[in-house]
Amino acid sequence: MKKELRLMKGNEALAEAAIRAGCDGYFGYPITPQSEVLEYLSKEAYKRTGMIVLQAESEVASINMVYGAAGTGKKVMTSSSSPGISLMQEGISYIACAELPCLIVNVMRGGPGLGTIQPSQGDYFQAVKGGGHGDYKLIVLAPSTVQEMVDFVPLSFDLAFKYKNPVMILADGALGQMMEKVELFDPIPRKNNTEEWATVGKPKNRERNIITSLHIEPDKMEEINHKLQKKYKEIEENEVRYEMINCDDADIIIVAFGLVARISSKAAELAREKGLKVGVFRPISLYPFPYEKLNRLAENVKGMLVTEMNAGQMVEDVKLAVNGKTDVHFYGRMGGIVPSPEEILAQLEEKFSGELV
Amino acid sequence: MIAEESVCVEENLVYDRPKTLIDTTMHYCPGCGHGVAHRLIAEVIDELGIQDKTIGVAPVGCSVFAYNYLDIDMSEAAHGRATAVATGIKRMLPDKYVFSYQGDGDLAAIGTGETIHTCNRGENILIIFINNGIYGMTGGQMAPTTLVGMKSTTSPEGRIPELMGNPLKITELIAQLPGVYYCTRVAVNTPNNVRKAKKAILKGFQYQDHKKGLCFVEIVSNCPSNWKMTPVEANKWLEENMLPFYPLGDLKVPEIEGGK
Ligand SMILES: Cc1ncc(C[n+]2csc(CCOP(=O)(O)OP(=O)(O)O)c2C)c(N)n1
Ligand code: SF4
Repeated sequence: MKKELRLMKGNEALAEAAIRAGCDGYFGYPITPQSEVLEYLSKEAYKRTGMIVLQAESEVASINMVYGAAGTGKKVMTSSSSPGISLMQEGISYIACAELPCLIVNVMRGGPGLGTIQPSQGDYFQAVKGGGHGDYKLIVLAPSTVQEMVDFVPLSFDLAFKYKNPVMILADGALGQMMEKVELFDPIPRKNNTEEWATVGKPKNRERNIITSLHIEPDKMEEINHKLQKKYKEIEENEVRYEMINCDDADIIIVAFGLVARISSKAAELAREKGLKVGVFRPISLYPFPYEKLNRLAENVKGMLVTEMNAGQMVEDVKLAVNGKTDVHFYGRMGGIVPSPEEILAQLEEKFSGELV
Repeated sequence: MIAEESVCVEENLVYDRPKTLIDTTMHYCPGCGHGVAHRLIAEVIDELGIQDKTIGVAPVGCSVFAYNYLDIDMSEAAHGRATAVATGIKRMLPDKYVFSYQGDGDLAAIGTGETIHTCNRGENILIIFINNGIYGMTGGQMAPTTLVGMKSTTSPEGRIPELMGNPLKITELIAQLPGVYYCTRVAVNTPNNVRKAKKAILKGFQYQDHKKGLCFVEIVSNCPSNWKMTPVEANKWLEENMLPFYPLGDLKVPEIEGGK
């Protein structure tokens, strides 16, 4: 069967995917460069599937609405951009501890502070290392095409429910704003079965369901932490995702995620035209990070260049992965500046001049 | 003499534990109004027969463990965020009865934004607001509702408005919002007031069927521990000091009750 093809803006494609994925509720607040998600859903969602779309008074309220709604066992989500995601961190920590499934989309802009509305990858640490208080993890997926903005929505809901954990789609502002051809999947109906843990009203034949992150006794709280850590181990074993482009014979590997990975593959192409064997490794799941695969790759290459739109965040994970097996260099642009393929090529030539002659 | 067995029979029963109230020791201090308010909620849920259709939201504050005592599905919420959480639940389950139960610090300080906007949106939920004029759980700090001159650990000489701002009548504030359907203030310091409080909570649940907006029941309560009084003194102090500033009665009633 032929799938539906459309030319769509990243944010709108993601919103369309949410409707098709059978999402039950969206709670959000406008912020550039992701407001089109809320706008598109406001226009399309309720009339098509009955999906609830609510503009909250703030990101703090949005994420807590998500918390309440997720507790009913429904498929719910929010989206925002960097400063808004910062405001959500309180709620995200509660949701992670209460083990509720939900989707959080961060279409990143340049920071810190109010920053700029131009694209950035400055929230990597916040997304993959916690962000809120306590020991918790989100599953973090980084799309690099508008098509992946679509494909990662149903995937995120599946992962969120499988692990009862919040999932974040971490895109940069450019992916939210650019238009590309997308293939849309057939709509999945909204589900009407009830999760056994959900707060939907206690029938006579079961114990009451309590959703909480409060465990005042330290023994109990440690037990909960162990339970969470066990779950994260399982996620690390099963949900690592990455893409490799021309890495088989590569001397040098560029490691990049999201949009920068695409720019980097252009840089790698230019390098190959000059006779330099360059490949690109793209982590798709930023948590769990593909440590093992990178470690193995490091054995056969002369070095790696990590390119990011930040001051050097993922590079720390790459260094951890490589563990000294090869040289790891870094090149980053900040403040909303997107690096060009030529710029990255120049970096390759500069950093690996010795190895590449 | 009448044999005990012939007296203790079901048809003679006038007072019993509501079945929605779990038979366990409560963590509240002796004489605290939270316990009374919990019992009233349980009685109302029993009488309406809605135990299987009710979802409660517990706040941060002394009542953080409310879910240990009410035999219904409940969700804990971050400090101040209870009404946002309740909004999320109600929007997903519009035919269920959803209520939040919040202290003055929770509802009128850290959660003011959520409170005002939930009320203004007219969410079809019930907010039960326990006003004891102080932060109970954290050990008696000043609350937005602390009276002028009232002592707390952070207003040791009594609340001085020039330095600490004025007490906030949040209930009067939200009563004006178009999304609010029913708004009333009751107390739990005397048997008569307790009966009126129960009626208000009952209406708050029943009105959710109308789907016409938010119900708000403020319960003026006490905190014997942090007021540093015996329960009897606390209830007397409440009568003499809290009620003149927070007068009891309806602030807004639906048209069906003769309101406009
Ligand atoms: C974000 C956050 N800030 C502060 C606290 C600490 N805290 C716990 S309870 C409370 C005050 C509760 O007072 P109130 O809502 O009046 O309820 P009461 O204890 O009087 O019943 C505070 C400040 C917290 N748990 N979370
Ligand atoms: S500290 Fe005050 S409000 Fe808290 S349980 Fe004790 S008396 Fe009640």
